[in-house]
Amino acid sequence: MRLAILTSRIRVEEKLLVNALEQRAIAFDIIDDGELLFDLARPGERWRAYDAVLCRSVSQSRGLAALYVLEHWGIPVYNAAAVTATCNDKLLTTLALLRAGIPTPRTLLAFDPQVTIEGIEMLGYPVVLKPITGSWGRLLARINDRDAAEAVLEHQEMLGSYQHHVHYVQEYIAKPQRDIRAFVVGERTICAIYRTSEHWVTNTARGAVASNCPVTPELNSLCVRAAQAVGGGILAIDVLEDPQRGLLVNEINATMEFRNSIAPTGVDIPNAMLDYVLSGIQQGVMR
Amino acid sequence: MAHCPECEAEITVQGLMMGEIIYCPDCSAELEVLGLEPPAVALAPEVEEDWGE
Repeated sequence: MRLAILTSRIRVEEKLLVNALEQRAIAFDIIDDGELLFDLARPGERWRAYDAVLCRSVSQSRGLAALYVLEHWGIPVYNAAAVTATCNDKLLTTLALLRAGIPTPRTLLAFDPQVTIEGIEMLGYPVVLKPITGSWGRLLARINDRDAAEAVLEHQEMLGSYQHHVHYVQEYIAKPQRDIRAFVVGERTICAIYRTSEHWVTNTARGAVASNCPVTPELNSLCVRAAQAVGGGILAIDVLEDPQRGLLVNEINATMEFRNSIAPTGVDIPNAMLDYVLSGIQQGVMR
Repeated sequence: MAHCPECEAEITVQGLMMGEIIYCPDCSAELEVLGLEPPAVALAPEVEEDWGE
């Protein structure tokens, strides 16, 4: 048995995974995505040595491209390329959630700034403008009035790449100064945290504080269904508590960070991830 | 012993991994470990727009 972990940089999460692999005496290699050179019609022999490749690239574009190639060559990967592609793109995630009937904030999509403002005013202020791609709460904007809408949309049009010209607008959910980050591994929500912040953006990357969130049957069921809606695997589900509608799935992350979630939950997340990968390898061998 | 490319402080890479991000104890520059034997560090790459979870 030999695994590869694809990385861009070594974060705490990758070190925890390495520790878990070493404790289990599983052979592995760390592969820096910057070193990759794929000759697409000629599957690289080095990859045949791996029973699975775990993508932990911090670069979503590099990680996804590598997953596409490795899958094309028949190398088992975690998470699957299609799952990662859906999670990397907020529009695709929202469409997958809607297709599966998962409750999610009302979301509009528009291309023209004036039409976007008309959509925002149809929803009513405040709303949240998000780039379709991006993470860690970057470039999220709560739009409280028309002045802010016009300013942010002009900035997106003038300063952003073409991806920022696709305007993804979400209703603002008056959540209780926290959201929920739930970790789904396969068929089960293994643990969850509340991310509490005085700021409306509640990413731990932006300073939110993590505390244990009990995994109720309702939360487990919702998060497992959400994970399955995007194809399943090892996924972090972001959930908002709406005062009227209850739990709404906001986003899903395919290369989850979990350093702040082990201590409050008491759950060994890296070992749960490895259990899932090893189980997948065994099932593949049995097939 | 490696040296910080920003302030030339001595940087120890013992117990670290290739690709790990550390901070210079003198100037707080974000550094990436590029070599263990011999030790080598460089300024860490800036966070890019597609980085994340």
